[in-house]
Amino acid sequence: MTEFLKQTIGRRAVLGAGLAGVSMLAMPSILRAQDKSLKVGVYGGYFKDSFDKNIFPEFTKATGIAIEAIAEPTGEAWLVQLEQAAKAGQAPADVSMMSQVAMLKGQATELWAPLDVAKIKNASNLIDRFVNKYPDGRVAGIGAVSWYITLVTNTDVYKEAPTSWAAFWDPANADKLGLLALVSNSFLLEVTAKTYFGGTNALDTEEGLEKAFAKLAEVKPNVRLWYRDEAQFEQALKSGEIPMGQYYHDVTGLAAADGNPVRSTFPKEGGIQDSGCWALSRASQKVEEAHIFIDYMSQASIQATLSRKVGTAPTVKRELTDLTAEEFAAVSSDIEPIIPRYDLYQTKSDWLNQKWTELIVG
Amino acid sequence: MRREAPHRLADYGPLFFPAMMLIVFFVVPFATMIAVSFFQRQQGGFYVPAFELANYQRFLSLFFANVLGFSLMLAIAVAVCCVVLAVPFTYLLTRMARKVQVVWLVALLSVLSLSEVIIGFAWSTLFSRTAGITNLLVMAGLMSEAKALLPSFGAVLTGMVYQAFPYTVLVLYPALVRLDPTLTEAARTLGASPVKAFFTVVVPALRNTITATLIMVFIFALGSYLLPQILGRPQHWTLSVLITDQAIYQSNMPFAAAMAVFLVLVTLGLVALTVIAGRKGEAA
Repeated sequence: MTEFLKQTIGRRAVLGAGLAGVSMLAMPSILRAQDKSLKVGVYGGYFKDSFDKNIFPEFTKATGIAIEAIAEPTGEAWLVQLEQAAKAGQAPADVSMMSQVAMLKGQATELWAPLDVAKIKNASNLIDRFVNKYPDGRVAGIGAVSWYITLVTNTDVYKEAPTSWAAFWDPANADKLGLLALVSNSFLLEVTAKTYFGGTNALDTEEGLEKAFAKLAEVKPNVRLWYRDEAQFEQALKSGEIPMGQYYHDVTGLAAADGNPVRSTFPKEGGIQDSGCWALSRASQKVEEAHIFIDYMSQASIQATLSRKVGTAPTVKRELTDLTAEEFAAVSSDIEPIIPRYDLYQTKSDWLNQKWTELIVG
Repeated sequence: MRREAPHRLADYGPLFFPAMMLIVFFVVPFATMIAVSFFQRQQGGFYVPAFELANYQRFLSLFFANVLGFSLMLAIAVAVCCVVLAVPFTYLLTRMARKVQVVWLVALLSVLSLSEVIIGFAWSTLFSRTAGITNLLVMAGLMSEAKALLPSFGAVLTGMVYQAFPYTVLVLYPALVRLDPTLTEAARTLGASPVKAFFTVVVPALRNTITATLIMVFIFALGSYLLPQILGRPQHWTLSVLITDQAIYQSNMPFAAAMAVFLVLVTLGLVALTVIAGRKGEAA
């Protein structure tokens, strides 16, 4: 037995443990950070990797609060998990990045702890629409990141950039478009309303929605691909197989920078601006840390870093950031954006989904 | 070896493990799905346990009937194409030298190792205008300009037949290998041509195998949801595509479950009909 022990704990292991201990002491920030920590949910994959690399270590250095990043699934699965856990008094993540529809659904069950804006002094930097509020005015979430879906074209096929979403309706573009396949991620109803009916308010009534659906039906003969998988469209756009469509502004810009014959255009009606909020679960015990985190993330300089490193559009006012015109254009535009009608996807989701599926499949 | 009926409980022992597996991985999930299909959907939320038929009611519409009809038709077309191609192919394969057979079987097995995604993207490239096979036809002077062969029904069918073909051959192969060669020899001595012998002797002798293969490929094809999306237009989307939409993107589990239960029931019904029809044919 003693022989056995002697063998396993060798010189090497003792040295190694000693070294690890010394380096722990040499980095007091880690020790200090251990008592202050925060679990942050971010979309898994690209987002989480970028945040882990570019944002969270700096935050820990600045505030001494350690971040445990949790990869959250996209879609509503994460909302459901947070909801179930909160009922049991648990918070799988304290602060989570949530889609706008998920914010509204969480509001319905009071899932989000109201935020104290007095403790988030950088919140005043934000563009107003990025402050997510309960109907009674309490703040439910603070804009984390935003991104644009724009009109994209293959430059070999379209020498001139189109200027309006109306290009989707042009009979000359028969069988040339690639559009997102779901009502809740393509936001084409909003595009139709803004382009032809004066704004997304036209979708307030059922007749307005019916009119938008009828107008959208005219696009169908032009659509070659309704995509769920982004790679499928991106490839076809680059090769010119499907030379026009809707796609993410920043990704298209990166593809163009790599030498692919593609361009992203903000139509005169505006690009579609989607966004995510930071929201605090009501079951979280880390209210103080969460406010510090959200405040930190709302700084103009951090938003600028996100634009440069992650490719998201700033949620703070442009003039506060030090983004150059070129850097800003790579992620955003001054043209007034089309803001999706998230409320509809909460209150009428099944009806919209059924109408939409019948429209494109039927 | 003599087969004896089991007498004691312990004789059933070897069955215990597969039975457990079947219960854990099939019966329990399937029962859960049936239960969820009766639950109440909370729009803007998830679902709550209940017993209501609303999910089935929503499915009973002309729109979903059309989608279901198309899915069944597509699966039948795939099954028929596969069997029509695979029966003569496998028959000829079994008549070849052992070495040649091994090479063919290894090639077919390697197709099986490809995922649906890879098959879908490979065919979408082959059928594309910019890099597809029509460019070869243009080079050969058979076509004036390259054109896209997708999205289309033909593309979906091709992709799915390609995917199911190896299975079909592997199911047919054992039966065809065991087929008594003296049957065809007798037909040939009695003056039948090779083709006539194939259709009047080989095919009827394999009737049960062919029926079983048709059913297997049909069920295999019915579950396909990726190839119709990659190679087809929305009107070529199968019910499985819509089930995925509801389950993953709309988080409407009760409705997705109801559609899935319906699909399973219709499938079982069709299989039962085929088996009954087969028995009647045998009796006649």
